[in-house]
Amino acid sequence: MSVIAAKELRIIGFLCNWCSYGGADTAGISRFKQPTDLRIIRVPCSGRVDPLFIVKALLNGADGVLVSGCHPRDCHYSDGNFYARRRLEMLKRLLPFIGIDERRFHYTWISASEGERWQQVVTDFTKQIHKLGPLHTKTEVRVES
Amino acid sequence: MRVGVFICHCGNNIAGTVDVKKVAEETRRLPGVVYATDYMYTCSEPGQDEIKETIKKEGLDRVVVASCSPRMHEVTFRRTVEKGGLNRYFLEMANIREHISWVGEDKELNTNKAIEAVRIAVAKVMRNKPLYSKSFKVNKRVLIIGGGVAGMQAALDCADGNLEVLLVEKSPSVGGMMARLDKTFPTIDCSICILGPKMVDVAQHEKIKLYAYSEIEEIKGYVGNYQIKIRKKATYVDWSKCTGCGECMEKCPTKNAYDHFNFGVAPTRAINIPFPQAIPKKAKIDPKYCRQFLKGKCGVCAKICPTGAINYEMQDEIVTEEVGAIIVASGYGLIDMDRLPEYGGGRYPDVITGIQYERLLNASGPTSGHILRPSDKTEPKTVVFVSCAGSRDKSIGIPYCSNFCCMYIAKQAILTKDHIPDSRSYVFYIDIRSSGKGYDEFVRRAQEDYGVNYIRGRVSRIYPKGKKMVVRGADTLLGTQVEIEADLVVLATAVTAAPGAAELAEKLHISYDTFGFYVESHPKLRPVETNTSGVFLAGAAQGPKDIPASVCQGSAAASKVLALFSRDTLESDPAIAQVNTNACVGCLKCVETCPFGAIKEKELRDGRVVAEVIETVCAGCGICTSTCPCGAIQLQHFTDNQLLAEVNTLCQS
Ligand SMILES: Cc1cc2nc3c(=O)[nH]c(=O)nc-3n(C[C@H](O)[C@H](O)[C@H](O)COP(=O)(O)OP(=O)(O)OC[C@H]3O[C@@H](n4cnc5c(N)ncnc54)[C@H](O)[C@@H]3O)c2cc1C
Ligand code: SF4
Ligand code: SF4
Repeated sequence: MSVIAAKELRIIGFLCNWCSYGGADTAGISRFKQPTDLRIIRVPCSGRVDPLFIVKALLNGADGVLVSGCHPRDCHYSDGNFYARRRLEMLKRLLPFIGIDERRFHYTWISASEGERWQQVVTDFTKQIHKLGPLHTKTEVRVES
Repeated sequence: MRVGVFICHCGNNIAGTVDVKKVAEETRRLPGVVYATDYMYTCSEPGQDEIKETIKKEGLDRVVVASCSPRMHEVTFRRTVEKGGLNRYFLEMANIREHISWVGEDKELNTNKAIEAVRIAVAKVMRNKPLYSKSFKVNKRVLIIGGGVAGMQAALDCADGNLEVLLVEKSPSVGGMMARLDKTFPTIDCSICILGPKMVDVAQHEKIKLYAYSEIEEIKGYVGNYQIKIRKKATYVDWSKCTGCGECMEKCPTKNAYDHFNFGVAPTRAINIPFPQAIPKKAKIDPKYCRQFLKGKCGVCAKICPTGAINYEMQDEIVTEEVGAIIVASGYGLIDMDRLPEYGGGRYPDVITGIQYERLLNASGPTSGHILRPSDKTEPKTVVFVSCAGSRDKSIGIPYCSNFCCMYIAKQAILTKDHIPDSRSYVFYIDIRSSGKGYDEFVRRAQEDYGVNYIRGRVSRIYPKGKKMVVRGADTLLGTQVEIEADLVVLATAVTAAPGAAELAEKLHISYDTFGFYVESHPKLRPVETNTSGVFLAGAAQGPKDIPASVCQGSAAASKVLALFSRDTLESDPAIAQVNTNACVGCLKCVETCPFGAIKEKELRDGRVVAEVIETVCAGCGICTSTCPCGAIQLQHFTDNQLLAEVNTLCQS
């Protein structure tokens, strides 16, 4: 059992090691309370996140996916997040074509010092996914061919 | 596969809100897991010993530690498993403290989430491959950016440790803010008298190469092997000829140039030497004011210069250097008075900043050390100091304390009394922060021996009334409003990040906080390191700091570099990209996207063109991996297989 029924939904977060994973750590160190639904996968850079990971996650059982990296121009690898931004923005626009509400996917930038912002993002995104409800109990196909 | 899982209580930090026993129990059922236990402090010596022993006893070939953030202890546990006989990449960590026990309130939900975190780690670790570092040679030269007291201290310590040092300072002289100060708290010794000799040492040390009036153009490479481009800005004076005699400055007809060194307290000439003790003591032209540049005629300095050093045609020059480590000591800035409208916003000549007041106090300053009001050049008899002018004020976006103003206000109030014995000084303060050695005694001396009036409360407004400035504020101890008619008002303006701090951080790939100060690797345990290996921090670039703290950190950063360079070779991080030449179709999209230029094309024996990763240059970001249409180039330790295993684990259950 992955999530506790009726309390949680499945949300997967891809966080870059340098900024956002650190931001989530900072939120922890500051004890900023958050909903528990999100599960974190650590990646070196938001630029490492292949849009296919997100599609696979959403098709296979996740109800929401969050990607977070360093602020543009503040990337540990100089411009990984610029690549991420282009790819992820494209993905966001394509999601409806595979029948997935694009609000189930969110990408953002959080630095290692922004624990408070991380708390806010997790809380808001979790709320949004709960508002949309579980993905796999309904068919979300909206686009007409 | 035989995976062992160690779940840490972290005292009560984890065990308090996660049922660690249950996590261990559930974990034991996972395929591949042959052993799972919980332990009070896994990172402690007995905790690590237990891991090592269990690897042997249970024949483990993979280890998962569920504890704090890998950003905290991954290195520790990698070492542990290595000592236990495994490749260090056969370790994964599940962050159940920062990401779970500390942020979730419901024990049932936390426990479930922790089980999941362990499941992902197990799925990942089963796909980990052994990776081996290669060693590479270290270039034992160090670049120091910023020639304030912190940077100079670091430069001298490194140079005394026999390293070759490049010191890049963007202004025409080293010295930074400290060179502008009159005396320093809490000893009231003359600032330039203690700094001057250091500046001379920097200039004369055979191991230090000083690039004054220069900036960093570009930084490439990695720890041990950085390539740096330095822009030597045009001074329009050939410094190899200039003797610093100052004749040009005397004869220059342009008398209204802005004086950066004196923060505009008095104007300077278009060609100038910033201050008498400048190092290097060389002249430079400010083309914004020079008639030769503005009107195309004048040329007085060229005519007067006894060595013929003036060259109006000079261009910026770019030089390339190679170093193995970098210390950033670029210091701080101060907010503009424009951002303080309630204090006049810079409109009243007799409301000045603390650093401008230092220049008035200073014997080699524009008034030769006589305190004169800017408006009518008379000696002020009533001086009001306003602390926290912008600091600790959320409304202007500076919630933090500027750290040294309380102390320099006390110093300046004492010095005011020394200069003008019949003067009265008032200090408006919110709290007095004076926790350094001898600091509180110093503030008390200002109050008790020098009769400085301390008023607890914020100043609400400053406005002119005849020849005086009225300072209106609250006295929160008496519970009344007070108004003081001052001849001169000194604002302790808030400390900010140095101008250009963000741009420099981007070149260095280091992070900065919301306010532009550079972020250290760990606030307690790695205070001078950054997350980019080989880049260290010193001084107020990391946050407001006084001189003793800046010097301390300068030395600390130097010692880190010396430790790094105590070896001839460093080990590379093996978690880099690798090309499967069978799958590569030679589109070379990866070559285009790699931000580090770490991929080149290679021709195989059969004539096929494929991509090849230059191991020492690859930084391990994996951008190429998400670019490759065939999955041919894979970032080791974060391959598609490994990450998808984590995704699938979360989805399938
Ligand atoms: C009014 C006032 C009074 C003070 N009085 C005292 C006192 O009495 N005692 C005390 O302990 N402290 C005092 N201080 C604090 C003191 O100024 C600082 O502690 C000290 O200057 C910090 O040194 P630093 O080297 O970190 O930074 P800085 O002095 O700011 O030096 C940084 C240097 O880096 C250079 N630089 C910046 N960016 C770049 C770049 N991109 N490339 C190249 N170079 C760059 C700058 O030009 C500068 O030379 C006072 C401060 C003020 C404002
Ligand atoms: S992107 Fe992939 S296929 Fe194209 S050259 Fe690079 S490794 Fe080969
Ligand atoms: S992982 Fe790929 S893109 Fe990143 S530095 Fe290495 S080769 Fe370049």
